[in-house]
Amino acid sequence: MRYLILKHYQGGPGHPGMDYTPMDQWKPEEVDAHMQYMSDFASRLQDTGEFVDSQALSAEGAFVRFDGEGKPPVTDGPFAETKDLIAGWMIIDVESWDRALELAGELSAAPGAGGRPIHEWLEVRPFLTGAPGKFVDHG
Amino acid sequence: MPAVIAVLGRRGADFASAEDAVQEALIRALETWEDDPPRDPKGWLVAVAWRKFLDATRSDTSRRGREVAVDAEPPPEPGAATDDTLRLYFLCAHPTLPSSAAAALTLRAVGGLTTRQIAAAYLVPEATMAQRISRAKKKITGLPLDQPGDLATVLRVLYLVFNEGYGGDSPDHTDLAAEAIRVTRQLAALTDEPEVAGLLALMLLHHARRDSRTGPHGRLIPLAEQDRSRWDTALIAEGVGILQAALARDRLGEYQAQAAIAALHADAPSAAETDWVQIVGWYDELLAITDSPVVRLNRAVAVGEADGAGAGLAALAAVGPDVPRRAAVAAHLHERAGDLAQAARLYAEAAGVAASVPERDHLTREAARVRQLL
Repeated sequence: MRYLILKHYQGGPGHPGMDYTPMDQWKPEEVDAHMQYMSDFASRLQDTGEFVDSQALSAEGAFVRFDGEGKPPVTDGPFAETKDLIAGWMIIDVESWDRALELAGELSAAPGAGGRPIHEWLEVRPFLTGAPGKFVDHG
Repeated sequence: MPAVIAVLGRRGADFASAEDAVQEALIRALETWEDDPPRDPKGWLVAVAWRKFLDATRSDTSRRGREVAVDAEPPPEPGAATDDTLRLYFLCAHPTLPSSAAAALTLRAVGGLTTRQIAAAYLVPEATMAQRISRAKKKITGLPLDQPGDLATVLRVLYLVFNEGYGGDSPDHTDLAAEAIRVTRQLAALTDEPEVAGLLALMLLHHARRDSRTGPHGRLIPLAEQDRSRWDTALIAEGVGILQAALARDRLGEYQAQAAIAALHADAPSAAETDWVQIVGWYDELLAITDSPVVRLNRAVAVGEADGAGAGLAALAAVGPDVPRRAAVAAHLHERAGDLAQAARLYAEAAGVAASVPERDHLTREAARVRQLL
């Protein structure tokens, strides 16, 4: 089963409890430790054959909407509030929903300021990749 | 294979038909060469592909009930092979094509890469790349192969391909930088334009530093901190030699000027021993040729090194706020000028608008480092 692990800027909406200290205000060695953890996590999944893809998105962007024939699309942005924006994702291909949760939990334990886990909320979503017409569960 | 397509093109075949005919000739070669290898494989391919092309054209035109309008095989001309391949370069980088399509077509037709390899290099699905190439072919199909194109466009496409490969070096993907060098080498052998040599020298000099540019886990290492003992001295020597021969022709262009700057970096035993005054001089030449905001930005860095951070900041004032990496340069110059609070703020701002993950991570680290000094 394929799962998307979504990372939001600042932990996602309505999820207090995360360490919000911006990364540029950490100590350099804390920044290094965090990046090392993320990189090791991805390599480990590559070794186990569970890694599919990982991408990061810029915080710069805009919301766009059709505004009727002959009119230019409406844009709202650049974003004033980055709270609920997607920051990036990892796609994994694992045996079970439980394994997906376990991995997302590990990823969320990445060290932050003071070396403490950042407790970042991650969103885990199954892909709709089951065969059409067949019963598909998360197991 | 590119040379064979080019010969057919010169004889009046459009690109798509020429490529189809060559494919068929290659299949024929696979079937027959093992038992009966030809003495002149290329001549054999040209002859068979031309016959296939004529057959295809005849059946095509007879279907439409029209006369065959293709001449019989013309006699080979001296030097024609060179010109043919050169024309293929011009066609693939035709100004009517978007640059992404021109790059893909160049890699396919001149570089001989498969669609799958090109797709992997650009991280798009194979079907997408096949479509991009096929649309590009259709677009240039009406154009005869005998119109010399714009060499500057060809060089621009090769430069883009090289830059695409400059950042990422994932081992399981086609190495675009190496492919760009290979194709530019072919081009340099076909023409004695000093700018082609300049571009080749520029690529070689940058490629020579490739292993030292990234640390473990893709971590970005800036020029000043690179381990210079890991630079490829053979590539540097080759690049410098090619550049010197080009400069001696006294027809300066942007690639030669950029290569001259790269050569001065390559020549410095340590970052502290870099000849920044000469580098500023080359940036002035480059500005006179291109007047690009990116060049102006890089010049500000060089001025900061040659004449001090204050002079660098003054040079930076002439660079527009929207030029990519401006905040990173401003951060660096403010740090050197001793304004650490401003530098930390600008590094964080630069990280927020970075174009790649390694760059973003590097700038975040710089922000964290400078903040520690406050």
